[in-house]
Amino acid sequence: MSTREIISTGNDLAARAAVDAGCKFFSGYPITPSSEVMHTISDLLPRIGGTAIQMEDEIAGVAAAIGASMSGVRSLTATSGPGISLKAENLGLAQMTEVPLVVINVMRGGPSTGLPTRVSQGDVAQAKNPSHGDYKSITLCAGNLAECYTETVRAFNLADRFMQPVFVLLDETLGHMHGKADIPTAEAVKSGIKLRKTFDGPAEEYHPYGVAQDEPAVLNPMFKGYRYHFTGLHHDKNGFPTEEIETCRLLIERLFNKVEAHQEEIDSYEEFMMDDAEVMIVAYGSVSLSAKEAIRHLRAEGIKAGLFRPITLWPSPAEAIKKYTDKIGKVLCVELNIGQYRDEVQRASGRLDIEGLFKVNGRPISPFEIVNKVKEL
Amino acid sequence: MAFNYDSYLRLEKMPTLWCWGCGDGVILKSFIRAVDKLGWSKDDVCVVSGIGCSGRFSSYVDFNTVHTTHGRTIAFATGIKLANPDKHVVCVAGDGDALAIGGNHTIHGCRRNIDITLIVIQNFIYGLTNSQTSPTTPQGMWTVSQKAGNIDPTFDGCKLAIAAGASFVGRETVTAPKKLEKLLVDAMEHKGFSYVEALSNCHINLGRKNKMANAMENLDWIDSITVSKAKYDKLSPEEQLNLLPTGILKQDATAKEYCEMYQEIRDVHQGKRGKITQDDFAKKI
Repeated sequence: MSTREIISTGNDLAARAAVDAGCKFFSGYPITPSSEVMHTISDLLPRIGGTAIQMEDEIAGVAAAIGASMSGVRSLTATSGPGISLKAENLGLAQMTEVPLVVINVMRGGPSTGLPTRVSQGDVAQAKNPSHGDYKSITLCAGNLAECYTETVRAFNLADRFMQPVFVLLDETLGHMHGKADIPTAEAVKSGIKLRKTFDGPAEEYHPYGVAQDEPAVLNPMFKGYRYHFTGLHHDKNGFPTEEIETCRLLIERLFNKVEAHQEEIDSYEEFMMDDAEVMIVAYGSVSLSAKEAIRHLRAEGIKAGLFRPITLWPSPAEAIKKYTDKIGKVLCVELNIGQYRDEVQRASGRLDIEGLFKVNGRPISPFEIVNKVKEL
Repeated sequence: MAFNYDSYLRLEKMPTLWCWGCGDGVILKSFIRAVDKLGWSKDDVCVVSGIGCSGRFSSYVDFNTVHTTHGRTIAFATGIKLANPDKHVVCVAGDGDALAIGGNHTIHGCRRNIDITLIVIQNFIYGLTNSQTSPTTPQGMWTVSQKAGNIDPTFDGCKLAIAAGASFVGRETVTAPKKLEKLLVDAMEHKGFSYVEALSNCHINLGRKNKMANAMENLDWIDSITVSKAKYDKLSPEEQLNLLPTGILKQDATAKEYCEMYQEIRDVHQGKRGKITQDDFAKKI
């Protein structure tokens, strides 16, 4: 893939990625540390005939984006943890109605107002289940500047493939990091765009939710002659409310299965110096940058450490994690939260002896904190 | 010849879940006649509803329809309209939807003056959840959450819409379906945000404990508290106190519509015009 070199910030790169990926609609609400996504995209979208609107609150910020997407337009919203909390109900509606949407969350310290200008990874568990009810979240996590761009692009294609919201997690460090990134050219991104499936047969044969148990809904754009119904209620193959027992069961099971049955299309992770590793570090997001630096120091001192970095956090790459945790004794999760992903590594590995290095004071984890922790193991 | 509603209804969804004698069906039929009068193609119309009895409105009409979350109709509709400015977007919300949980969106939809019609089905009570106090429940009435009598001051949604900047505001009742149809035609034809309050009866959940347990008693009460704007304007403030004016309460064809203003933003970014400044607006502060 042909690439280009850009010097910019994570937030700016994410906004540019959205536009290159065919996003035509943004709605959001100001919130630190994600506001720069809105700043950039509100300049870019009107140039290409798109729309970027600052709404009256976080709830409206996600609702307008879902509305635009229901009508058939690739849409984005961006926020931080408190905003996700407010958007949660409507994210559930998008899961239930199977409306694609990309949601960028630039994580800051929480809970509540927390540490607005400081880094955290406290929203990892929230991203798995932001709203009530059962569904399977797709959450991607950028680990460097270039991935703020490439993961946003991937999120748009996954959202249209699986017809549901897809989270892109950045953190304050990455969102505000300013540096060089090698990213694909806009042409390369454009040629890789895979839009949602549509139905072009006769309207009376169109059943948007009448699909196989491992497939997402097929939602045609509005205003094209296929008049159907969206509802957050349990619904039948045409989208209309129902309480019919089997229909309800099959619907919710399908929301799960459509993701679970195709996890290989979603999985993404990086293995860094894992071939001969005797210590496995699990880290993601900006923390992985410190982890890589720490591994270089540890290796110089003769300690064979390696990094497993999930890029798709949810669904988790459980099999890949287990492959390593089955053979490596020392496993350390390094996170800017109190073990939100360690829980998942424990689950995937079937082991309760997974070590943790956690920080929740809004400051990044330095490479030497990791080096010292590994030496203690 | 009687109007044939069939081609606009999703007949397989009939009967509605609305109670026998409910006024919501009158609003549904008035809306359909209004769309027919305007000659809009069914494919060009999107109806967005919220939660409550009114929330089911969208599932009964054969347009592009969206049943959203409680109170958020206007927010969803804003996205649909901005992405499709040449299409017709109509919101249907209840009084709890539009004035309680969704009050903020109502305010800002009015303020932006985006070309959406909001039909508020106002029955003075939370019906679907069984008789809880609404922002529009008259003080002193019984509700299941205030059995000693409602003490919360009563809210006039039309006054809110006028103050917030909606360029078209009107009110009618289900006892006057022809007038309601005409008001809806005017509202939907209007370019800009139009707020239509349709007063409806809920003899089941409002009436049964407030001495109007059958539909006719509830409808008579609605008639007794409403008066045409022309008559209302001639009354003294004391006489106006317990009355709600009906008809067109505000109509401003000169107010700039939001989608058209946003097109100017696109024009700026595409180098077709200079930046938007205060000089572009008559009102400076």
